[in-house]
Amino acid sequence: MTAEVRRGRRWGALWTLCAWAAAVFFFFPVLWMVLTSFKTEAAAASNPPELFATPTLAQYELVQERGIIPFLINSGTASIVSTLAVLALALPAAYALAIRPVPKWRDVLFFFLSTKMLPAIAALLPIYLVVQWLGMLDNVWTLVVLYTAMNLPLAVWMLRSFLQEVPRAIIEAAQVDGARLPTVLVRVIGPVIMPGVAATALICFIFAWNEFLFAVNLTATRAATAPVFLVGFVTSEGLFLARLCAAATLVSLPVLVAGWLAQDKLVRGLTLGAVK
Amino acid sequence: MTIAPSPPVAAKPSPRGREPEPRRSERWTRRFPLLPALVFTIVVTQLPFVVTLVISTFGWNVLHPDDTAFAGLSNYVTVFTDGRLRAAVLNTVLLTASVVVVSILLGTVLALLLDRRFTGRAIVRTLLIAPFLIMPMASALLWKHVIYNPTYGLISGTVDMIRRLWGDTAPTRVDWVTDYPMTAVVASLVWQWTPFMMLIILAGLQSQSDEVIEAAHVDGAGPWQVFRSITLPHLRRYMELGALLGSIYVVQTFDAVFTITQGGPGTATTNLPYEIYLTMFRKYEYGEAAAAGVVVVIATIVVATFTLRVVSSLFREEMR
Repeated sequence: MTAEVRRGRRWGALWTLCAWAAAVFFFFPVLWMVLTSFKTEAAAASNPPELFATPTLAQYELVQERGIIPFLINSGTASIVSTLAVLALALPAAYALAIRPVPKWRDVLFFFLSTKMLPAIAALLPIYLVVQWLGMLDNVWTLVVLYTAMNLPLAVWMLRSFLQEVPRAIIEAAQVDGARLPTVLVRVIGPVIMPGVAATALICFIFAWNEFLFAVNLTATRAATAPVFLVGFVTSEGLFLARLCAAATLVSLPVLVAGWLAQDKLVRGLTLGAVK
Repeated sequence: MTIAPSPPVAAKPSPRGREPEPRRSERWTRRFPLLPALVFTIVVTQLPFVVTLVISTFGWNVLHPDDTAFAGLSNYVTVFTDGRLRAAVLNTVLLTASVVVVSILLGTVLALLLDRRFTGRAIVRTLLIAPFLIMPMASALLWKHVIYNPTYGLISGTVDMIRRLWGDTAPTRVDWVTDYPMTAVVASLVWQWTPFMMLIILAGLQSQSDEVIEAAHVDGAGPWQVFRSITLPHLRRYMELGALLGSIYVVQTFDAVFTITQGGPGTATTNLPYEIYLTMFRKYEYGEAAAAGVVVVIATIVVATFTLRVVSSLFREEMR
């Protein structure tokens, strides 16, 4: 082994160590949240901080008693239904922008993107007034509609980028063989873009699940979602760290799992399909 | 992972360039699948702005409903002369710029660390993206109460632990949020956005051609030289994309300000979304809030035009 190779190895080990240290540093708050959720309130507020205490499930029981379930159901309804609605609207739109493009498809695509840039806060007041006028305040379907609009541009861009990758040749070949449009869609295009559709759905789900601004201002007791539940958990007196961590862990879990499963596709979705 | 090198079949320049102009009926069958999404988007995202525009010309406070009257541009005068709003604009710029710049720098470092084979690389990547996946509200509460708490927070606890090593047992009592409000908000957001930047820049690094780097090595270039003259220019577009997308999201920051500082102390961390929220739901000045909203939208359109140009240049490259 030459000296140069040995030096290279040593540098390599150092880089690896740095990477691991960075990972631990960035992940530590998450780990701490999970660990704290299994502590008693007294142990959670100890100074110096204890990494491990005798684990207890008491905080999770408490969170359940405080009624987290309806909030999770609201979040689930708003995120899942809005994601399905997004796919139902975005798939045909993406088809019309990629496979058989309409004239001026580029302008349409950029129109969708531009709506994503308008700050939600500027739309909040008129939306609030209209929703109030319609008598739809504190209604989970209001959130479904808003989240659908919020994620639609993202989904159109993403799905278009996946549809773009379907080789024209196989579509044409199927048509030559006499396959009609529905058959082409289901048998030829469907299987090719399925992973892309799944990734799009996951990203829409993540954004809808995490949304707070509309949820806190347009809902009250009946339709409030998980992030609103978290805010109500903070009290000005007494200790609440451990319960807060238990609740935060529970509400973050679905997205954490979904995101980890989709990590290969994450970057493509977040950059609207520009980066693969 | 590259910036979309499109498959050759999709690379036809423009379908309009080759095919003859589609017939009228043909055009409608093409358009039809697009319409539901387009109409829905226009109704839900564009109409509210028309309403905002109308409300912004009214003096309208919900607490004094009898005084509601057409006010012309007076709300806009208030918006441009109000000290709170000016502070909010400055805070928004400061907050967005610091979060985006710092998270791009950190993201680049992390991406460079990850751009090589080593034991547990997949695990390291998985751990690193976790902050981005935690619900923003959960993360804001976590930072405020579990990390920044002056008596039993993680930072105070760690500082105390280190000081005890030196025999100093007096506890630290720094109220991180009150003493360093802007830094506190920025730090929590940087933690959240660094993984996002890392993913984009890592994709950029992995799309570099090995041959060019190999050739540079053969020509006797050192690692630093390769980084500066080959890698960095190659990454520029990815950094731009990260900065632009990051800005779109970070400008709208609401959860972190709402939770960690409530815009305070004073107006030290009040950004535009939070200020508009206060005007709307604490002061009930609907007309003023609407005018501020219109100004924000116009400012966004200016920034967005620039953004779209960059995205569109990436996009054109993809079409080539």
